[in-house]
Amino acid sequence: MPDTLDTHVRFGSNSGQPITRRDGRAKVTGGATFAADNSPDSVLHAVYVPATIARGRVTALDTAAAEAHPGVTHVVTPQNRPPLQGDPSDKPTMFSFRFEALQDDTVRYAGQPIALILGETLEAATEGARLLNPRYEIATPRTGLDEAAHYTFDPDAFGKPADTVHGDPEAGHAAAAHSVDVTYETAPQYHNAMETHAVVASWDGDRLSLDMPSQALSMTCAGIAYYFGIPAENVTLRSPYLGGGFGSKAIPTGPYVLAVLAARMTGRPVKMMLTRQQMFGPVGHRGQTRQRLRLGTDAEGRLTVLDHAGLSATSTFDDFIEPAANASQGLYAAGALRSTHSAVRLDVGTPGPMRAPGEASGSAALECAMDEMAETLGMDPLEFRLRNYAETEPGTGKPFSSKALRECYAQGAERFGWADRPLQPGQMRDADGLRVGWGMGTAFFPCPMFMAEANATLRADGTAMVETSAADMGQGAWTALAQIAADSLGLPLDQVEFRAGHSGLPDAGVAGGSGHTATAGSALHAAGGDVIRQLGEIAAADPDSPLHGAGNAGFTARDGRLYVAGDDSRSDAFADILARAGGAEVSGAGSASRAPEAAEAHAMNAHGAVFAEVKVDPDLCQMRVTRLVGAFAAGRIINPRLAESQLYGGMIWGLSFALHEEARHDPARGHIVNADLAGYHVPVNADVHGLDVISVHEDDPYVNALGVKGVGEIGITGTVGAIGNAIWHATGKRVRRFPIRIDDLLGD
Amino acid sequence: MKPFDYLRASAPDDATRADATIIAGGTNLLDLMKLQVMSPDRLVDITRLDLDHIEDHEGGLRIGALVTNSDLAADDRIRRDYPVLSRALLAGASGQLRNKATTGGNLLQRTRCPYFTDTAQPCNKREPGSGCAAIGGQTRLHAILGASEHCIATHPSDMAVAMQALGAEIEIQETTGATRRVSIREFYRLPGDTPHIETVLAPGELITAVILPAPPKGRQVYRKVRDRASYAFALVSVAAIVDVQDGRIAAATLAFGGLAHKPWHDPAVDRALEGAEPTPELFDAAADVLLADAVGQGSNDFKIVLARRTMKAVLAEATGLKEAA
Ligand SMILES: Cc1cc2nc3c(=O)[nH]c(=O)nc-3n(C[C@H](O)[C@H](O)[C@H](O)COP(=O)(O)OP(=O)(O)OC[C@H]3O[C@@H](n4cnc5c(N)ncnc54)[C@H](O)[C@@H]3O)c2cc1C
Ligand code: SF4
Repeated sequence: MPDTLDTHVRFGSNSGQPITRRDGRAKVTGGATFAADNSPDSVLHAVYVPATIARGRVTALDTAAAEAHPGVTHVVTPQNRPPLQGDPSDKPTMFSFRFEALQDDTVRYAGQPIALILGETLEAATEGARLLNPRYEIATPRTGLDEAAHYTFDPDAFGKPADTVHGDPEAGHAAAAHSVDVTYETAPQYHNAMETHAVVASWDGDRLSLDMPSQALSMTCAGIAYYFGIPAENVTLRSPYLGGGFGSKAIPTGPYVLAVLAARMTGRPVKMMLTRQQMFGPVGHRGQTRQRLRLGTDAEGRLTVLDHAGLSATSTFDDFIEPAANASQGLYAAGALRSTHSAVRLDVGTPGPMRAPGEASGSAALECAMDEMAETLGMDPLEFRLRNYAETEPGTGKPFSSKALRECYAQGAERFGWADRPLQPGQMRDADGLRVGWGMGTAFFPCPMFMAEANATLRADGTAMVETSAADMGQGAWTALAQIAADSLGLPLDQVEFRAGHSGLPDAGVAGGSGHTATAGSALHAAGGDVIRQLGEIAAADPDSPLHGAGNAGFTARDGRLYVAGDDSRSDAFADILARAGGAEVSGAGSASRAPEAAEAHAMNAHGAVFAEVKVDPDLCQMRVTRLVGAFAAGRIINPRLAESQLYGGMIWGLSFALHEEARHDPARGHIVNADLAGYHVPVNADVHGLDVISVHEDDPYVNALGVKGVGEIGITGTVGAIGNAIWHATGKRVRRFPIRIDDLLGD
Repeated sequence: MKPFDYLRASAPDDATRADATIIAGGTNLLDLMKLQVMSPDRLVDITRLDLDHIEDHEGGLRIGALVTNSDLAADDRIRRDYPVLSRALLAGASGQLRNKATTGGNLLQRTRCPYFTDTAQPCNKREPGSGCAAIGGQTRLHAILGASEHCIATHPSDMAVAMQALGAEIEIQETTGATRRVSIREFYRLPGDTPHIETVLAPGELITAVILPAPPKGRQVYRKVRDRASYAFALVSVAAIVDVQDGRIAAATLAFGGLAHKPWHDPAVDRALEGAEPTPELFDAAADVLLADAVGQGSNDFKIVLARRTMKAVLAEATGLKEAA
């Protein structure tokens, strides 16, 4: 362990506590203000008209009929849409995609905005949208993976994953004593956060005010400012609460730009909230994939090659290629590793990052392929994974910053009872005659850090205020980040005022990549540390302080007092130090990003092991996931309650991926047929039975000073494969397409 | 949305003479209005009418049209004497919806065909003569029995399937003020070339009650197969009432959901079972009768297999064959 850990990190009484969400009461009582809860005076309601065909051209719109409807104030079409200052095809920020904002009459996907109606009421605007009655010239849409040419691309930007090769894959195939060659498919999925996309925009001269849910406040401001030709600092964005984001609220999309444009055009505040149906189109999704996995092992079951080729669907007008094959990098110790990506352009909206982008789809295929390999070898799937356990990062040989995966396997298997699993499928039945199967998968997720800044101010009365533009999507940032901040200041949580969710605050970066607690938390930690350092200087220089002259020994902060390090008999209260200094406040600043040396020297990932029990009706083939046990090692856990919720949520998402979620396109017309939550299934409570999360202890001195990795996405990985494998184990049938449905097992 | 008038009925006559669309729980109608699938000019709210009682009647029960799905499912007499109905109700929708949904509204809920609910698609049911977008499309929820080239939609109700098996009667107040009773077996229509006409109810007529005959003999089973454990419409559902005497099936009535434009009942299936000893072979033979004219639409082909399997599983349970095994 490096010595930096002890001197830089204080762990007070806040971190590690399962504190309930500080915003919980406000949310369940309706006190929390979400974007669409704002209704400024004279607000206009905006409704966009979605294309109902997937490919072609708009040839006519009954604008007169819409305009004539009482309460409709404006009808905006490509003919009269005021100009934008930035081209919707430009990429002003790292996460930018071309969007549709009434540039032309071309229809590129069903659900694309083709006109915008503004009205004094939502009802008037909605009826105006109906009256527009678009007519089209229809071209044959392409929505299946084989309906257009496959292509490769240069990995020159976000959304175009690089191919990676380590070792000699062909030699690995040639040397293999056993091999599998399997192809898995995953369906298109749509984020569908509980809160649909919403914005209230108003202009004051060239200053723009926005209430909208955002996972990345400063990047969103910069992006929107670019399209409207104003400096980013002219945009004020409030995003105190998000009703879920899952990646789709990190990127401002066409509907947002249209609402902002409408506000500028009319000089009135404009509100837009997407309907559930509108969530299936212009606001991102997880693109469908087809993944071929070719695995080879030597006679003892050691992987000679792990060869993963992913085909991902994207739109006709931008590239977001689901980096699914990358899931095979970094996990198993194969002699050779290859991950390649190709893509196909379909008449769909551009996909985007959706909770565990790449890893979710990639892990699903990888963990099933690993199971098939174990089957071929006649080996227990867990034993097979242990045989190929990577002690150092496969390919690069870098040490891991920490990796308690072995403990995850052991504790998860123990809790689940894995040792009793028969090797052969179709061996187990329960008392009701249902087939029972057990499967497992390894969970794996990188732990990136972005960049963040934070301020902290210790007030004269000894309480503090800390601030950073963090985003709480429901994961608990309001709580976990405040816990870190309070510890950094040596104060109880209730004496720290925490400000977040506003673009005027120091930039907290992106709430994504499972890196928000690590990144924004590290910045808060540094800001608090800066305050304590300054306070120590004041106290050490103050002849009336018990700490006078102790500066060289260093100080620790605890419960609102500063102590001489290693000497509890000498201490002074924050408020007393400040009072003697004339009642001044002390302000500090902190920033955070991954230390480049640490990143260079180490591979950094969170790990886990998921075990699933599935019961399958032998006649009707209904599947029930009766038990899920997940053991995860993800560095320091700031708040066990919130972390557990994230992992539960991830595992339920995995169940959803395995058995439920799928957007289905009409084969001829191309639109999504099940574009609502009655048709687009996610699990309901009755689908989720035993859920068990084990948090495996892990110290990581390298990821950041806090030792925090991240838990937001990893729960999905491993789980999908575990369920697919359990279904095979119950039935003997391999279904190589997710979601797995009754008809896949039914036979005839 | 389109502006509309709202009236409140204080007597049944107000409803039948209002020249308006009846709204009860509103759980189906309001959704369809928001989607602009139904856009009535006038609504008449019947929820203040005195139609929310369950009374003993002719040896059976008379269920007021406004009895909620929750209250009906929880009623002691229903649970004791008509468990197939209680179970079917509880297999439908969610607790919140069942609290609002009424008996009359449930019978008349519209199909869940996703092309019907999407006004951009041609649909003979929504817009007679416009065509049927479902044929050749995504047909997981569509019919395998009794469909026509004009419409392949299914009726989504669970409750109505159980009532079909029970041979319930529907009490209707006509616009003249007269009352008539129609067996549920004659109430629903197949799509034919008029899929927009779904029942024998004439415009303005009000369902006032559902009448259940005296409790049937035998075991009652309701089984619903769907894509998730709750809160999903049936792929296939089976309601069965089977009386086994001395090792033989003395009487059987089977009704099916998810297969057709109406809750399906085929007397020939019942006859194929009656008088015979319950065996898997017999069940298969009865399934052959049920499915003789079944036609898949592509993505729902599996329902032909699933219907057979579900029917056999239900019969095994209802005849006691399952316990014996
Ligand atoms: C998300 C969701 C899931 C659901 N899942 C299921 C399910 O799994 N299984 C299932 O069976 N159902 C399900 N339902 C449907 C639900 O059961 C129906 O919406 C409900 O029963 C309709 O009753 P209501 O009183 O609300 O009808 P309303 O919406 O008020 O009316 C429905 C129709 O009946 C007419 N009507 C109502 N009462 C009368 C009357 N007395 N006389 C004449 N006409 C009348 C109305 O004019 C209207 O056309 C679901 C609904 C939703 C929204
Ligand atoms: S199946 Fe019936 S309801 Fe569905 S689109 Fe065809 S006509 Fe309309």
